[in-house]
Amino acid sequence: MPSKKSMLPTNYSAVLSGGAMPTRKKIAFAVAGTLFFALTASSYGAGPATSQVDTTHLAVTDTEVTVGQLHSSTGTMAISETGAIEAERLAISQINAMGGVLGRKIKVIQEDGASDWPTFAEKAKKLLEENRVAAIFGCWTSASRKAVLPVLERDNGLLYYPTFYEGLEQSKNVVYTGQEATQQVFAGLDWVSKTKNAKTFYLIGSDYIWPRTTMKLARKYIETVLHGKVVGEEYAALGSTDFGSTINKIRLKKPDVIYAAVVGGSNVSWFKQMKAAGINGKDHTLLTLSVTEDEAKGIGGENLVGFYSAMKYFQSLNTPRNETFVKEFKVMWGAGAPVGDVTQAAYEGPWIWKAAVEKAGSFDTDKVAKAEESGTISFDAPEGMVYLEPNHHLKTKLRIGEWRTDGQADIVYTSGYIMPNPFPKGY
Amino acid sequence: MNSFYSKWLGGKHGAIELAILAAFIFVVMPLWLDIFRLNMVGKYLTYAFAAVGLVMVWGYGGILSLGQGVFFGIGGYCMAMFLKLEASDPVSTAHQTTPGIPDFMDWNQVTHLPLFWEPFHSLTFTLIAVVVAPLVMAYIIGAAMFKRRVGGVYFSIITQAIAAILTILVVGQQGMTGGINGITDLKTLHGWNINSDAAKYALYYVNGALLIGVIMLCKFVLSSKLGRLLLAMRDKEDRVRFSGYDVANFKIFTFCLGAVISAIGGAMFTLQVGFMSPSFVGIVPSIEMVIFAAIGGRMSLVGAVYGTLLVNYGKTVFSESFPSLWLFFMGAMFIVVVMFFPKGLSGLYDTYLKVWLGHLVTKFGKSGLPEKLNPIKTELQNGK
Amino acid sequence: MGGYSLSDLWSILVMQGFSGLSLFSVLLLMALGLAIIFGQMGVINMAHGEFMTIGAYTIYFFSKITEKYFPGLMPFYFVVAIIAAFSIAFLIGYLVEYVLIRHLYKRPLDTLLATWGLSLIMQQIFRSMFGAREVSATLPNWLMGSWKPTPDIDIPLNGLFVMAMSIVVTLVVVLFLYRSNWGLKVRATTQNRIMAGAVGINTRKIDRITFATGCGIAGIAGACFTTIASTGPTSGSLYIVDTFLVVVFGGSASLFGTVASAFTIAQAQSILTFFMTNAMGKVVTLLAIIIILMMRPEGLFTSKVRK
Repeated sequence: MPSKKSMLPTNYSAVLSGGAMPTRKKIAFAVAGTLFFALTASSYGAGPATSQVDTTHLAVTDTEVTVGQLHSSTGTMAISETGAIEAERLAISQINAMGGVLGRKIKVIQEDGASDWPTFAEKAKKLLEENRVAAIFGCWTSASRKAVLPVLERDNGLLYYPTFYEGLEQSKNVVYTGQEATQQVFAGLDWVSKTKNAKTFYLIGSDYIWPRTTMKLARKYIETVLHGKVVGEEYAALGSTDFGSTINKIRLKKPDVIYAAVVGGSNVSWFKQMKAAGINGKDHTLLTLSVTEDEAKGIGGENLVGFYSAMKYFQSLNTPRNETFVKEFKVMWGAGAPVGDVTQAAYEGPWIWKAAVEKAGSFDTDKVAKAEESGTISFDAPEGMVYLEPNHHLKTKLRIGEWRTDGQADIVYTSGYIMPNPFPKGY
Repeated sequence: MNSFYSKWLGGKHGAIELAILAAFIFVVMPLWLDIFRLNMVGKYLTYAFAAVGLVMVWGYGGILSLGQGVFFGIGGYCMAMFLKLEASDPVSTAHQTTPGIPDFMDWNQVTHLPLFWEPFHSLTFTLIAVVVAPLVMAYIIGAAMFKRRVGGVYFSIITQAIAAILTILVVGQQGMTGGINGITDLKTLHGWNINSDAAKYALYYVNGALLIGVIMLCKFVLSSKLGRLLLAMRDKEDRVRFSGYDVANFKIFTFCLGAVISAIGGAMFTLQVGFMSPSFVGIVPSIEMVIFAAIGGRMSLVGAVYGTLLVNYGKTVFSESFPSLWLFFMGAMFIVVVMFFPKGLSGLYDTYLKVWLGHLVTKFGKSGLPEKLNPIKTELQNGK
Repeated sequence: MGGYSLSDLWSILVMQGFSGLSLFSVLLLMALGLAIIFGQMGVINMAHGEFMTIGAYTIYFFSKITEKYFPGLMPFYFVVAIIAAFSIAFLIGYLVEYVLIRHLYKRPLDTLLATWGLSLIMQQIFRSMFGAREVSATLPNWLMGSWKPTPDIDIPLNGLFVMAMSIVVTLVVVLFLYRSNWGLKVRATTQNRIMAGAVGINTRKIDRITFATGCGIAGIAGACFTTIASTGPTSGSLYIVDTFLVVVFGGSASLFGTVASAFTIAQAQSILTFFMTNAMGKVVTLLAIIIILMMRPEGLFTSKVRK
């Protein structure tokens, strides 16, 4: 991947901990969301001529531009990906309400990845080669992204990927609107070691690439920077529902902090069985990387209360921008729909794409990618201003939320802006 | 030549069936579909290998293997390992901590190539491994089971457990196997870009030719004494045993044959799709492969191919038109076929089309032909 | 294990023993329904996990209704909901037998395919009815938290509950199967369908009720699992392999075998995951099961089954 190589050198000196960054002055290209653009355009087709904005035979007409949406609406991953589907739909309908992109209305083709990675690759190919979509909003698991990535690079498509993930990747064709591992891990560990005076850590995750990479970073950071001790590191098979023995091991080791990245159905079993084994937020400190409001709904607030999550966004974030967003989301998808970290990150995808397309003045992948790498794209997201760095990741803050019984979290800590650093040196 | 005709092609009807299938794969599909859809058909045809294997193992051998995906996976992984090593040359992996090893190993702090990966630098070894590895695996499982007369439902459930265990192992050993992501981003075969349109056409034709070859091989096996013994065993195993035959060995042979056929499909899958994923090793794809064979007609080698194509066509069409409701259609399709068309597509063909063709032939009375159709008439009279 | 006090080790030993027993009751409860359906009738019910999910969603539904309209009854709804879980799963099982299964008794392997299709449909129904996200039932307080016999020992209440339920259900099943008229007929039909019919047993009715009962027990199992695991459209698929393994490992037609096999597997897995990592413990357990099955293909305990 030559694209990857050429981009590497600039970002090695990234900020690892959450010190306040001097905010670079961005050109006022920021799209300020719906608040900013109150007026809505009722007719499309006022933009530049199609021959100007599309030289690569994408599905662009004078009035319409087609994009793809590729998530799992069936299979085991539908549990997690539904929020992302809904958020992207909301963003697209809002963009359309304010006149679309380059005067063109966004039309969506939704495909089902069915929680199966080969299907993701097949559908991505279909969207790019048959439907000639201008961009794809999709994927959730790392495995689905890895399956789709070669297709994107070959067909030169664009993907907006919403999940927090392990890093170690950077492609011209992908914008990562979730956090990569260093953004999620270091600041959270700093916080927990300071406020809880934690010295010993027990690491537990599901057995696949994201938890393993994350725990690798965490262990190194704990041992070399925090001078703490990892007293246990363990991985549970995906789909595992029995944690009795694991919990007993944790009780035996008595760690100051349980650091968890268990996913899927296992996650629910893990928390329910922890609660039942007398490990609760009152007497123990648990920091998890894999519980958003979506998961909290399945786990049940009473099983989570007092535990902490490290995320860039929580639904309870108390800003007017976020309150508007949450209200809009609930109007569209019902009052019961929770808004989690990934949901919010998925909402950012279409907006960032729009900003990049408008900066490039074209839907062509190469031009959009170049605009994205200019370092001047930013967006007033529900989580606050986010800045798209030339390495295709967002510069964001990290927040620590303490869970309440109602399945919402109180934000107890907010870091400064953290530079994305998908290829951390020395880890 | 005559023995070739009757043994490898399966007589006149067999020859016609094969000719139609060949025309369908080699002429109709490429003319009808663009390269993207053709590549998809190519992918489905690789599943057809597994389905054909199942016709042998299940339809004729009477052993329902729910672990066919394991063998498909072994073949696929062998090929993927070779392609991955080729894609991981020191130049294109120069940015890694350890250049020259696959990227996922680098992510998992593996600093040198595991020993069992080494031989996969050689294409010859890989091609041999595609055949031999599943053979050995199938032999071990088969020998352990059939020698102890494990059969029927037990065998199915045990193969299912093996599939589950292998998935956990492959996913767990991600430093060596790529974990749940699988082995992705495969690019070239001996410097030949497998992602170019020309390569896709070529691979499609190779795949089709291999499939036809495999079906002919199966027909040959079935036309031999072994084929008749298999049927006899399926119906009255004890009688065959009492007649002095070692039933277990025949079963092991069939099981191994089915395994190798699946593995070839797996290897072709990797070549055409450009990656391999542990999701093929698991339980769900194994059951789906059984469903392909069931819908095609579990006794029909050619039917298995059409069954595979039909189910996957349905999947694609349903899921493109109704991304959130398509499971209803799929589920209903399985139930309807099992309940009302237990012999699948080939059963439909036999009861309706073949009879109609028979009438046609009688009507235009070519001498000798009606005679040859007699077996079908008797079959019909017997209420089959 | 240096550095731990004796009382620490003692309490871990107690809790470890309990978590083994708890896993045992989970496996047993999962497998009982299938032991009846697969063991007694030879039907491979791939939708067994989905029948469990029916039970789980029933609990969820009842908890939401109670929370909204009768908040005072929260401590008691669970009992009613478990009965409802059994009844609903029983009724659906009855219906499924009538529409689908009874046509396939002569083709046991085909039941696998048909019920696989059924499981796809059921998953999609759950998704359409309750949404694609996981849900969580609000549990009564007496099911939450732990019992502390000493300050160092926590015995999970939900584990105790699952254990109690599995004992009750097992006893009821054993009583019905071996001490009741119905059980006699079921066993007669299992051993020789034609003869059973000849002596005047309505084998079709027996089949229907047996199948429905197995589904009902799956419903109870699913209801209990809401206390320890997730409730979502695909939750059932987490259990299906383990369930079949327990039944096959025990020897299909033997209820005692099912109990013994659930116990063996649970203890092995529980002890192994304590000394190894969670994932490796599971793999080693599964491998051991396979090796033993290769040596004892008919399972731990066998009795005559119709072929």
